[in-house]
Amino acid sequence: MPVLGLGGISAPSLLCIRRDTCGLVAEEAVEVTVRVGRATLDSLAYLGGLARLGGRAAYFTFVAPWQGRRLRLDRAAHQAMVVGLQALPILSLITFFIGVILALQSAYELRKFGALHYVSGAVAISMTRELGPLMTAIVVIGRSGSAFAAEIGTMKVTEELDALETMALNPVQFLVTPKFLAMVVMLPCLTTWADLMGILGGALFGVAKAGFTFTSYLRSSLDALYLRDISTGLIKSLMFGMTITAVGCHEGFSTGAGAEEVGRSTTAAVVMSIFLVIAVDLIFTALFYFTGAH
Amino acid sequence: MPSMTDEAQQNEAIVSVRDLRLRFGEREILHGISFDVRRYETLVILGGSGSGKSTLLRALVSLEKPSAGEIWVKGKNIAQVSGAEMDEIRKKLGMSFQGGALFGSLTVGENVALPLREHTKLEDLTIQIIVRLKLEQVGLAGFEDYMPSQLSGGMKKRAAVARAMAMDPEMLFFDEPSAGLDPIIAAGIDNLILKLKKAFRISIVVVTHELASAFLIADRVLLLDKGDIVALGTREELRENTHPRVRQFLNRIAEPEVFEELDYLQMLTEKHRPRRR
Ligand SMILES: Nc1ncnc2c1ncn2[C@@H]1O[C@H](COP(=O)(O)OP(=O)(O)OP(=O)(O)O)[C@@H](O)[C@H]1O
Ligand SMILES: [Mg+2]
Repeated sequence: MPVLGLGGISAPSLLCIRRDTCGLVAEEAVEVTVRVGRATLDSLAYLGGLARLGGRAAYFTFVAPWQGRRLRLDRAAHQAMVVGLQALPILSLITFFIGVILALQSAYELRKFGALHYVSGAVAISMTRELGPLMTAIVVIGRSGSAFAAEIGTMKVTEELDALETMALNPVQFLVTPKFLAMVVMLPCLTTWADLMGILGGALFGVAKAGFTFTSYLRSSLDALYLRDISTGLIKSLMFGMTITAVGCHEGFSTGAGAEEVGRSTTAAVVMSIFLVIAVDLIFTALFYFTGAH
Repeated sequence: MPSMTDEAQQNEAIVSVRDLRLRFGEREILHGISFDVRRYETLVILGGSGSGKSTLLRALVSLEKPSAGEIWVKGKNIAQVSGAEMDEIRKKLGMSFQGGALFGSLTVGENVALPLREHTKLEDLTIQIIVRLKLEQVGLAGFEDYMPSQLSGGMKKRAAVARAMAMDPEMLFFDEPSAGLDPIIAAGIDNLILKLKKAFRISIVVVTHELASAFLIADRVLLLDKGDIVALGTREELRENTHPRVRQFLNRIAEPEVFEELDYLQMLTEKHRPRRR
C-alpha cells in the first residue's frame, strides 16, 4: 500500500490495516461525505432559489417600473392592508405583553441594585433593537408568510399558475411583486408600532411599580434611546420582510401536485421563515456590533 | 396570402411538431412524434388515460420543455425562443385547462378582463363591454360578478373558455373540456366548441378521451397511444383504420390487467409491453 503516496487516496484508507475493513471504512466515509455534501448543496440551492426569487421581485419592484412595465400599486395596496392593518390588533396585544414582561424581568435584576428607574431604558432598548422587529416578524410569518405559501401553492395545484403563464403574465411579477412591496413597506411600519406598544407595556409596570408618571416614563425611555437603536431595528425588519416574502412565495411555487402538498408548503414556509429570520437577525446583530453601529 | 388557393391556405400548418420527445426524469412520455395543426381546423387529440395527451398539449403552449425535437408555432420554434418572444406568441393563444383554472380571488368578469387589462390599453368601459360579449358567447351572460367558487363545474369550464377567448386568439387549446361533467352539460360544451369553430376563423386543439365528443367536433383526429401517434386522419379515415390499437380504442376493448406499479407505468407510456420475470 503506498502509504506516502497521497494522490488519489482518501484519508480513511490510510488509517486502516486490513483490506476488508479498509473497504468498509472507506465506503462509509465516502457515504457520509456524499450525504453531507448533498445536504450542503441542497441548502445552498435553496438559499440560491430564495435569493433569485427575492432578486426578481426587487427587480420588478424597483427597476422594471422605470422601463415602462406597470407596477401593480393597487394590488400592493391591497396586500399592505392585509399584511399591515389587519395584523395591528394582534401585534399590539402581543408586543404590549412583551413590554410588560420585559419590564418585569429587568426589574427583577435592577431592583437588587436599587436601579429600578433604569427599567424604562432597558425596555425601550430591548424593544427597538431586538424584540420589536422580531415579534413583528413572528406575527407576520404566522399571518402572511403562511398565507403567501398557501395562496401560491393552491394556484399551483389548480393550474392557475400555468394559466397565468399561458396568458403571458409572469407569475413573479404578478403575484410576488405586490407582496414584496407591501412587506418591505409594512414591516418597518409595523415594527415602529410594535416598539411603541412595547414601551407602553413597560410603562404599565413603570407607573404601577417603579414610581414613574406616564410622561416621565416616556421621557426617560426617549432619553435612553439613540437614533441608531431604532434604525438598526428598522433595517433588520426590512430584511425580515424580504426573507418572509421570499420563503413564503418560494415554498408556494415549489408545491407538488395535490391539495395535501399545500399544507406541507405552508408548514415549511412557517418553520423555514422563523429559522431564517433568526439567522438573519444574528447576522445583522453581529454586523452592527462589529461595525460599531451599536 | 393572395396567391394561395383557398385549399392551400386551409392546409397551411399553424403548428408543426417535429420528432418531439419529452421526458420526466427517467421516463420518456412522448417518443418522438410529428404532426401539424392546420389553419382553421379542429384537431382532436384522443387517447387513453396517461397516454401523454395533457403533456403534449402543455408542450404545445410551452408549459413543458421538450427534451428533443421542434415545435413550430406561427413560424417560430418555441423550444428555442426567448421568454419575450414566447409571450408575444402566447398572446395569440387561448388555453382552457382541465379544471378551468379560474383565479379564485377574482370574479368571473375580472378573470375574463385580466388579459385585456394587462396586455392592452383599452378603456375600462370597453373592457367591460368585451367581457360581457365574451361571457354571452359562452352562455354566461350576467355572471360577471360571481366568484368562480359559486359556479358549477360546467359553468367554470365555460368561463375559462371565455377567458381564453378574451384576446381574440388565433388558436384555442382545450384540455379535457368535458371531463367530470354529466353527459348533457358535456354535450353543451361540445356544442360550444362547434359554435366557436363556426363563428370564428380559429384553429382548435382539443384533448379528450371521449370518443363521441371527438367524433362530433373533430375535423381530424390524432390517436395517441403510450406516447406515440398510432393514427392521424379525418373521422372517416379513423373509422376505417385497421390498426389493432385503433380498433381496440374505438371498440373499447379493455386492457389486460396489470398489477405491478412499474408495469402499469410502462404500459401507459411505452410502446412495447415489458416482459419481466
Ligand atoms: N410533472 C410530471 N412529472 C412526472 N411525470 C408526469 C408529470 N406529468 C405527467 N407525468 C406522467 O406522464 C404521463 C402522461 O401524463 P398525461 O397527464 O399527459 O396523461 P393524459 O393522457 O393527459 O392522461 P389523462 O387522460 O388521465 O389526463 C403519466 O404517466 C404521468 O404519470
Ligand atoms: Mg390529461
